[in-house]
Amino acid sequence: MMDSLDAVVAQVQALSGSADDCVHLAGLLKQSEQVLQVHAPRVGYALQALDPAKHSLGYLYLLEAHSAGTLSRELAGSFLVAATNFLTVCSADQIRLAIDKFNILCRRLKDHAMQMMEPSSALLPLYAAIRKSQPSSEYLTPLHADYLLLCLLSKCYKAGLKILEDDIFEIDQKRTGLIPRDFLLHCYYGGMVYIGLKRFGKALEFFQHAITAPATVLNAITIAAYKKFVLVCLIHNGQVPPFPKYTPSVVQRNLKSCAQDYFDLANLYNSRNITDVKRCVHAHEDVFKNDTNMGLANQVIASLYKRNIQRLTQTYLTLSLQDIAETVQLEGPKEAELHILQMIQDGEIFATINQRDGMVSFQEDPEQYNTRKMANKLDSEIQNIIRLAKKLTSVDEQVLCDQNYLSKIGKDRPRSVRPLPSFG
Amino acid sequence: MVIEGLEGTGSRGGGGGGGGGGGGGAEQMDVESYASLYTGHTKIARLHFIADHCHSRALELEALRMAADEIKKGENTTLYRENMEKIAGRLGGPYMLDQDWIDSVDRKAAQRQEKLEMELNGYKTNLIKESIRMGYNDLGDFYYARGDLQQAFKCYVRTRDYCTTSKHIIAMCLNVILVSIELGQFVHVSNYVSKADQTPDVQDPIVLAKLRCAAGLAHLESKKYKLAARKFVDTQFELGNNFTEVIGPQDVATYGGLCALASFDRAELKSKVIDNIGFRNFLELVPEVRELIHDFYASRYASCLGYLQKLKPNLLLDIHLYDHVEALYEQIRHKALIQYTNPFISVDLNTMASAFKTSVAGLEKELAALIMENQIQARIDSHNKILFARHADQRNATFQRVIQTGSDFQRDTRAMLLRANLMRHDFIMKG
Repeated sequence: MMDSLDAVVAQVQALSGSADDCVHLAGLLKQSEQVLQVHAPRVGYALQALDPAKHSLGYLYLLEAHSAGTLSRELAGSFLVAATNFLTVCSADQIRLAIDKFNILCRRLKDHAMQMMEPSSALLPLYAAIRKSQPSSEYLTPLHADYLLLCLLSKCYKAGLKILEDDIFEIDQKRTGLIPRDFLLHCYYGGMVYIGLKRFGKALEFFQHAITAPATVLNAITIAAYKKFVLVCLIHNGQVPPFPKYTPSVVQRNLKSCAQDYFDLANLYNSRNITDVKRCVHAHEDVFKNDTNMGLANQVIASLYKRNIQRLTQTYLTLSLQDIAETVQLEGPKEAELHILQMIQDGEIFATINQRDGMVSFQEDPEQYNTRKMANKLDSEIQNIIRLAKKLTSVDEQVLCDQNYLSKIGKDRPRSVRPLPSFG
Repeated sequence: MVIEGLEGTGSRGGGGGGGGGGGGGAEQMDVESYASLYTGHTKIARLHFIADHCHSRALELEALRMAADEIKKGENTTLYRENMEKIAGRLGGPYMLDQDWIDSVDRKAAQRQEKLEMELNGYKTNLIKESIRMGYNDLGDFYYARGDLQQAFKCYVRTRDYCTTSKHIIAMCLNVILVSIELGQFVHVSNYVSKADQTPDVQDPIVLAKLRCAAGLAHLESKKYKLAARKFVDTQFELGNNFTEVIGPQDVATYGGLCALASFDRAELKSKVIDNIGFRNFLELVPEVRELIHDFYASRYASCLGYLQKLKPNLLLDIHLYDHVEALYEQIRHKALIQYTNPFISVDLNTMASAFKTSVAGLEKELAALIMENQIQARIDSHNKILFARHADQRNATFQRVIQTGSDFQRDTRAMLLRANLMRHDFIMKG
């Protein structure tokens, strides 16, 4: 019995050299899973004999077998240490050969970190794990969702930013072991991280990905994403856009009934009447609290004040604080002054307060679009767009050369006229 | 030119008929002269409307008395009964419920109905198109006189199948239009007006004028003031008194003038109303409307709004216009405010308030509302009470739009590529 375990260890040590050997090793290890399970308690010692950096594949299998099932506290602690170390030093090529196992291991790491209430401890190793399991930075892995969840729990939003700033284009199940649920979770958690960073525009983008992902059934993640989408839309844009036409019909039909309270809030927000909106939030307080959206709901109310004040800047050149307080339904001129001061500091309006007369003068946006900074910004945006357009062209070419596509096109047209694929 | 005198002639203003009631205070409408402008059913309907909606007993009784006289000339016993109930004996002797008259009229009517129906059946068996058509027509007229509008409508519509010349078709359409207007079903009115318009060889200007008026009324009812105005100002003056069972020429002037003021822009107002010779003839009948249009065009807003106020009580008693008066007045007032501020870079709100005869605070609120709806491009300096015109900076706006479009494009393209990938790998969330 011991022999089989030792045999496995020996194989690992022998075959971890070149790439071909590793592939061979992967096959062998798969077959030896049973063995590993049987010898679970002794695997810990076997691990000592292996070097996580050189024998990553074997180490992976052994570590995974070692940590299967429920672990005692100190075992869990030692597992965390071992896993952290492994993830930091392991070799990317090797672990890519057994990607499912790798995902299981990482998930286990995340679960233990959460159980021990130390989500931040798993951040660095998971980040390393993501970078290693991604064939390129455009691929989405199941680890993305776990990593973002840990960022949220530990409130380290900036850490999540590094992952989120990569544009995700490739969803390849075979190479990353991804399932649709992971994608939706990634969008949902990603949106929440952006909310934490107060970048509402990007948050909206992520939530919209979750809502418009192809689906045949409605699921809880989409509903939760939609609820946050509505609230963030109100804060950022002041109105909720209708569904884009590529939203799956299942979602379009059923979402209204699941999120009725949010719809009511959105409709009332349109009326710009602050007392109505406050009343609505109050009435649906339980629902909002259940969905942990109370904070967002309060931000919606605050944003309505701001929006009303901004509308005043479009209409008036100067206005007394008393009038502002009346129009926007604030308590009194003092509160109006506080609000406006805050907005000026945040750069949301351009105004000066004349305290002697109790007047506020509104000014135009001083941005003249003629500085070097602005020129640089425009330039970088143009570069981004050119890059994006190139990607679009390449994807288009890929589709044009795709067998399925050509056979479909070929069927519709007469044989004598073969279409030439166009470029650009 | 002072509007005085009680003689009802064709040159009197209809809607402004109350102007003759003496100067100052509440303008009392002169019911008699007003009613003398109309004939037929609309006269009675208008009198009833006035009686229902006016505020003075005297006027009410006067209207009901005239209505009673008019009804007795006809054969509509149900209406007679209704009228008598309204009067409720307040007018004394000759205006009590005359049951004998009712019975005799009903009897005669029953006999006539039988006779007409028998004749119609006879014609039907003989299958002579023209006779059947005339038979249905007569039946329709009979029902109309009796006040049974639904039946009359049905009969007139049936004549359609037996119409052979365009004249027949026009006659049929006009009858249906008449009944529909009285029923208040303006959808039918629009339908039959377009039917009549499509009939070839319609040359008679009177007929054309009637059709235009009917179309105008239909548009007015559905609150499409611009279309209504266009129809009314295009009505030929040959209409004269030929359509008084529906509408009088002074009404054409009033409705057309007010709708035009509320909905035409300055160029259209000049070309279609002020320079329009045909419509000018109508306006001569209602000098007040003519004056107020000219005042508006010449920016004499105080006097324009003054005329409007004077006309208001009488217009509220007009059956077609009463629920549009408020909306039209509001639109005219807004147009006046916008036109006033248009040529200036800065406007002192005090002078403007005196020009419009309101308070500065009220004026400020009105202007703020108009600015928020983007009807006026300006900003208010509430401290010094000045309105400053504000012209959007095109260059900045363009830059902002460019940046916005750029980021929208990027966002949408990224989403699309992601979605394309999801679909390629069949990455669908299934149960």
